[in-house]
Amino acid sequence: MKTTITLRINGESRSFDVASGETLLEMLRERAGVKSPKIGCERGDCGSCTVLLDGRTVRSCLVLAVEADGREVTTVEGLCRDGLTPLQEAFVALNAFQCGYCAPGVLMTATELLARNPDPTEDEVKEAIAGNLCRCTGYEPIVRAIMSVGGREARKRGEKDSG
Amino acid sequence: MADHGQIGKSPPRIDGPDKVTGAACFVDDIDFGPDLLHAEIVESPHAHALIKGVDTAAAAAVPGVVCVVTGQDFPYHFGLYMKDRYIFARDRVRFVGEQVAAVVARDPVTARRAARLVRVDYEPLPPVLSVEDALREGGTLIHPGLGDYAHVPWFFPRGDTNIAHWRKTRKGDAEAGFREADVVLEDTYTVPRYAHCAIETHVIVGRLDHARRLTLWSSSQSPYTQRHVFAEALAPLGFRHQDIRVVTPYVGGGFGGKAGVSMEIIGAALAIAAKGHPVKVRCSREMEFTNTYQRQGLTARLKIGARRDGTITAMEHTLHWDAGAYVEYGANVVNAAGFSATGPYRVPNLKIDSVCLYTNLPPGGPYRGFGYSEFLFGVESHMTRLAQKIGMDPVEFRRRNAIAEGDTLAYGAAMNPSGMQECIEKTARAIEWGKKEEPEVPGRVTGKAFALLWKAPAMPPNAGSAAFLKFNEDGSLNLAVSGMEIGQGYMTVMAQIAGEVLSVPVEKIRVETPDTDRNAYEWQTVGSHVTWACGNAVRDAALEARARIFTVVNRAHGHPVESLYLEDECVRCRDDAGFSLPLRDFVILGIMTADGTFRGGPIMGSGMFMPEFASALSDPETSQGGKPNVHYTVGAGAVSLEIDPETGRMRIRKAVLAIDAGKAINPELVNGQITGGLVQGFATALYEDMRFDAAGRLLNPNFTDYKIPTAMDVPDEMVPIIVEVAQPDGPFGARGVGEHTMIPSAPLIADAVADALGVRITSMPITAEKVCLACRSAKRT
Repeated sequence: MKTTITLRINGESRSFDVASGETLLEMLRERAGVKSPKIGCERGDCGSCTVLLDGRTVRSCLVLAVEADGREVTTVEGLCRDGLTPLQEAFVALNAFQCGYCAPGVLMTATELLARNPDPTEDEVKEAIAGNLCRCTGYEPIVRAIMSVGGREARKRGEKDSG
Repeated sequence: MADHGQIGKSPPRIDGPDKVTGAACFVDDIDFGPDLLHAEIVESPHAHALIKGVDTAAAAAVPGVVCVVTGQDFPYHFGLYMKDRYIFARDRVRFVGEQVAAVVARDPVTARRAARLVRVDYEPLPPVLSVEDALREGGTLIHPGLGDYAHVPWFFPRGDTNIAHWRKTRKGDAEAGFREADVVLEDTYTVPRYAHCAIETHVIVGRLDHARRLTLWSSSQSPYTQRHVFAEALAPLGFRHQDIRVVTPYVGGGFGGKAGVSMEIIGAALAIAAKGHPVKVRCSREMEFTNTYQRQGLTARLKIGARRDGTITAMEHTLHWDAGAYVEYGANVVNAAGFSATGPYRVPNLKIDSVCLYTNLPPGGPYRGFGYSEFLFGVESHMTRLAQKIGMDPVEFRRRNAIAEGDTLAYGAAMNPSGMQECIEKTARAIEWGKKEEPEVPGRVTGKAFALLWKAPAMPPNAGSAAFLKFNEDGSLNLAVSGMEIGQGYMTVMAQIAGEVLSVPVEKIRVETPDTDRNAYEWQTVGSHVTWACGNAVRDAALEARARIFTVVNRAHGHPVESLYLEDECVRCRDDAGFSLPLRDFVILGIMTADGTFRGGPIMGSGMFMPEFASALSDPETSQGGKPNVHYTVGAGAVSLEIDPETGRMRIRKAVLAIDAGKAINPELVNGQITGGLVQGFATALYEDMRFDAAGRLLNPNFTDYKIPTAMDVPDEMVPIIVEVAQPDGPFGARGVGEHTMIPSAPLIADAVADALGVRITSMPITAEKVCLACRSAKRT
């Protein structure tokens, strides 16, 4: 049985006829053509399919497409419509990726973290991204990149306060 | 050559924008349209059984099923170094998870449903699940046809046994060496199997079009080797190399697991069976664990003798490798270990037996480190223990015995230039060797450890690399090579090498992902050899392009070729200070002369490299006489560990790794290999472990039960150290570092535990549970 759902993906309204067991991940990749959420384990272990659903991270392999009806999905493609975000720039500057397969998911998790907590501690960063597996980097450059953006934002806030 | 300042710098990775924006395209991201078919694999539930019959009728009758394929459809052997595999099992299955049949259907759900309807009639056989079982006299034979398999000349299989290969290395007189020793230490070390766990599983899409063109889009480290293995296997069907095209976009991690050909052969076969349609085979995470490659298990019996003055006199090392059901690639891991299982030490008298054993477990194969992590667990543990036995500091013992340039290797050739002593000094200083750390939490204990590492690329002596580069109208470059960007930063390093020769900045160089139709040849991206080998080919291509540039300028302007040089993307002349011709002005359109005619043409360069000094020919009884390894990369590592003796829980407070990169073309990328390798290595040392039940079934084929490190599991501090003693035949002196960084982790943990608690653990992984139990039993005694 198919259900018609309407949702916003990266700021655009889209409608799809989805099957009842279809995951948000399948819908994004196969119907919407949004390929940055990756398939890694299909059981919520690896985090490479992480997207924002109404601003909160979800494992899109564990969410049914029908659950996204009427909601807003953001993937990494949606972050950079006006150029790279400071977080993406920091990922490039600090080599916070290697093969790049986990990077979209990590970026979404970090985006949510910084939205909630603009100047996280190192432990907070590590805890936030602990659900995103990366086999290449050893995480150290990822943590550094996220911290650098947090710190920068904190400094900006400081400048604003004193100005 | 002028220094254009690109070597030894760390410009941003050129694949960065692709990878942080979602633009990076992996195989599963390619859109094949509505005609794409999906495959589901029918896997063996038995570790060892005869196939008495396969009934596919019910599956084939399911609406939406396009075809069902079994072993009878593709009765061809294949394999990289030894042709011991069938595309689908025929007559016999040899591990749980082995492909017996496949269903190709219009959608994945239909394929899955139909696959459950394939009936296979098995007659179970006793499984061989350990090296001891494999060696048992009169025991079960896994490959009765072993004696007839085609293989490379440097393998020595023994028909009518489970011994697929036996690498013997002999030097000096081991018995005499042990008689000279004041101290002899003998023990057994065991290493389980491990999984690569690239986050992208293997994916292949194959399409045989009606013009008989077979194209494969593959998540692979080895596009050309895959094409070659496919062409060999499918030759009976009339396929030639020119009919087959392998396209490899970005790949989501390899670690050796995507080298050679494992499950990809299924994609090639199914494309042929479902001619005209693209067919996708994507490993589930479970299949990724069970039916790609695994790191082989090892049981190593090690005996080393030393004199009181700290000189090693002899070594006897017997390595029994649990290589799994098929060893077409894994036997070469065994081979490589057999040449190098001395570790990075001068050993005058030695006897190494590295034995490749078939078992009814999934096929072993290449994994970052290629056998060296496994045997260095024992070797480095032993070095510390021996030093303690003779009352010498373990670092001093290593310093005295560490192999140096010109020393004779186990197989008789001479050791290459090496910065080992510098690695030892810098690592010892960084870890503050000799200083006992205070525990940060009362009741905990601390320990330190130190280990050396080495590794050579394991490759055929004629493994080649080639490169094409072409200029564009604006003076930018495209580089068409076939090494794989598996995360290490290969593309950026190749761009730096080409850019250095041609004075073109890295950001103006695009490095293409491989396509065997268009990009130049590369054997495989394995063995930490592409910076060295492909880097040499790229440098050669850039030099050819530069020579063409100078010739064109000479013909148009008359400046002698010898007087010309490149600087800041311009051709300049030592004899004519005012002359400066931007590359973009002529590299495509040529140079106009006085009469309006042009000189030149679109500038391209091609380059190639092969290590012409390597040879796999040697005496099979001693391994003396050949030069199987092109060079070794060496290094040293150390850790500072804090342990809670009540729980066995360990925390790595500091990890140091120094590596001799020859020349770090891009130091930040070398640092990235060090941090990534250390974390991957420590996970194998501390908790990763493939567990099989008594029937040979993997118990933990997922990330819930097979834990890999998260961001919470990294050492408190990691200190990467780069040492640079040039490799004379490397591009700008570079040699590889990719695998090496995870190699010393296991002995570091074992030694640090021993240092802290006085208990010696000789089986990996060194889990909290093992440490805790060892503490308790030590207390009791």
